[in-house]
Amino acid sequence: MDFRFTEEQEMIRKLARDLTEKEVIPKVAEWDASGRFPRELFARMGELGLLGLPFPEEWGGAGADTLSYVLVLEELARGSLGVALSYEAHVSLGCTPLYLFGTEEQKRKYLVPCAQGKWLACFGLTEPGAGSDAGATQTTAVLDGDQWVINGTKCFITNASQAEVAVITAVTAKGMGTRGISAFIVPRGAPGFRVGKAYDKLGVRCSDTAELIFEDCRIPRENLLGELNQGFKQFLKTLDGGRLGVAALAVGLAQACLDQALRYAQQRVQFGQPLSKFQAVQFKLADMAAELDVARWYTYRLAVVKDEGARITKEAAIAKLFASEAAARAATQAVQILGAYGFSSEYPVERFYRDAKLLEIGEGTSEIQRLVIARELGC
Amino acid sequence: MVVLVKHVPDTEARIAVAGGGRSISEEGINFVLNPYDEFAVEEALRLKERLGGQVTVVTLGPERAKEALRTALAMGADEAVHLRDDALEGGDALSVSVALARALKDIPFDLILCGKQAIDDDSCQVGPRVAELLGIPQVTVVTKLEVDAAARTARAQREMDGYSEVVETPLPALVSAQKGLNEPRFPSLPGIMKAKRKEIKTLNLASLGLDASQVGRAGQGAEVQALEVPSRARRGRILTSDPPAAAAELAALLRGEAKVL
Ligand SMILES: Cc1cc2nc3c(=O)[nH]c(=O)nc-3n(C[C@H](O)[C@H](O)[C@H](O)COP(=O)(O)OP(=O)(O)OC[C@H]3O[C@@H](n4cnc5c(N)ncnc54)[C@H](O)[C@@H]3O)c2cc1C
Repeated sequence: MDFRFTEEQEMIRKLARDLTEKEVIPKVAEWDASGRFPRELFARMGELGLLGLPFPEEWGGAGADTLSYVLVLEELARGSLGVALSYEAHVSLGCTPLYLFGTEEQKRKYLVPCAQGKWLACFGLTEPGAGSDAGATQTTAVLDGDQWVINGTKCFITNASQAEVAVITAVTAKGMGTRGISAFIVPRGAPGFRVGKAYDKLGVRCSDTAELIFEDCRIPRENLLGELNQGFKQFLKTLDGGRLGVAALAVGLAQACLDQALRYAQQRVQFGQPLSKFQAVQFKLADMAAELDVARWYTYRLAVVKDEGARITKEAAIAKLFASEAAARAATQAVQILGAYGFSSEYPVERFYRDAKLLEIGEGTSEIQRLVIARELGC
Repeated sequence: MVVLVKHVPDTEARIAVAGGGRSISEEGINFVLNPYDEFAVEEALRLKERLGGQVTVVTLGPERAKEALRTALAMGADEAVHLRDDALEGGDALSVSVALARALKDIPFDLILCGKQAIDDDSCQVGPRVAELLGIPQVTVVTKLEVDAAARTARAQREMDGYSEVVETPLPALVSAQKGLNEPRFPSLPGIMKAKRKEIKTLNLASLGLDASQVGRAGQGAEVQALEVPSRARRGRILTSDPPAAAAELAALLRGEAKVL
């Protein structure tokens, strides 16, 4: 197997790295403290073509491959997991279903402005009563003449109050379980649709997370996305790509943890020598590096496999599970290596520690990833 | 407009001397478009946006140097020319300039831009030498540039030690870019994807019409005898005494040891 980056992948990585270093890292502490979503950064990312990265040029995208996308997620996550998560939710969760299941007309109307970076997209699956059990959706959509009437609430939705368009799921055939769920496109401003208050969160604080509330919300009949009653299957496929994305976020965060911890360990002197000379500290750093490398290269390989068109349900769950748990361990150890300084906001590792936890929850908890893997094994 | 660019090790690269002791080992080193050349590319693109015209980037270097050209193309340059021949390699500023100047005889230009120096061997000579060989004026270390297309002149500001100098020159001329000239843009994603499809024109010794004795190692004026890595990394020193004492100590060190006061 030949595994080398193309010139274009290298350039895209450098673009994301330069952007992160110049326009994310200097401001991330302030965004984290205030919990403000940096919409201006997303406008900039839009200008640079990042918001439509993997979609074909005819739909306003840049036509880059999944590995390039993974590299961008990784670089952004080194700077801010909040920013990177919102980016990932826009591309993998918001735009991807429009691209995969949308009609020509829907793509022209909704995907193009999203891919061009003029709009942001969000994906509303989770509900108060349907988290891990996403099939337990209670939101309903009923056809009334030429309109769908939607009622229900989606919670913990990334980009909710920023998005110009939401892709959501709702029950269209009662009593049919997961075979009675369909997907819909709801533009901002649809009558009966509003966004709830933003959550005050432990981590990824500058990522926008809020509720989507539908009260007799009316959208045109043609806003059904994909086939009727196929919504569950559609979002499982969407989530496969999303989990690969989260694995890439985890790799970026774990790298940031290792970078900080290593630099600190080489400088901080106790008992007459740098911390990095103590074997107990070395072993922590070695474990971080080992897990990071395995997570990184598994994720890179999976990005290539995805572009070959393979079904990646099991592999995406493995990548997400391993990488997110590795990142969470790396964040814990980074705080430990920095001691009290790691516990204070003087260093970014306390933010890494808070942010890392999200990786084990969003887009399917670690338990759900294990469940998916076990199911794929035939258990 | 023509921009001369070079592919150089990035500033964080750990440099090791290659076998033979006269060049650096390229193993594990990340190469980038020379940062001062980025200012030059950016300035050319801004002039093009204001006044029209074409931007052609030119490099001399091994196969990997194509990446520097691709970066410039991704930023928005129109064409790229790669002087690529083993006989061109291993030379000094003189022999590199001879080859570049020869290539520029066949590329029409009103202005040549380049970085004020390449951050690898810091000779600061290639730009000025090319201008000399072409017989055109040169303005180096420029932080501000205005072009009057109708009058075919350029006004350039140079930051000197403690004052700045404004120079006016007729065109065509060569201008070398200093930090501060502009803030280089990031290549956009569509730019990167388009750059991939643009053709890079390659010139070898024969197509340049040069003789092997004029270029590369054979054509150089000065020869590197030996390269050595500094025996000990320069280290910062931290003064730990209380502030008044530390200030006095610092002043003494700056005067006595660093000899900057
Ligand atoms: C910051 C953030 C952003 C988010 N963004 C989005 C978004 O954009 N769109 C969206 O739709 N959702 C989003 N979510 C929601 C997220 O996908 C859910 O939180 C997640 O799927 C878990 O659901 P839950 O929180 O309801 O937990 P629950 O399902 O209630 O689970 C609670 C605990 O029980 C465990 N558990 C549940 N079922 C099982 C089981 N069968 N076996 C073993 N253990 C089990 C879980 O693993 C977990 O530990 C976001 C969440 C957060 C925190």
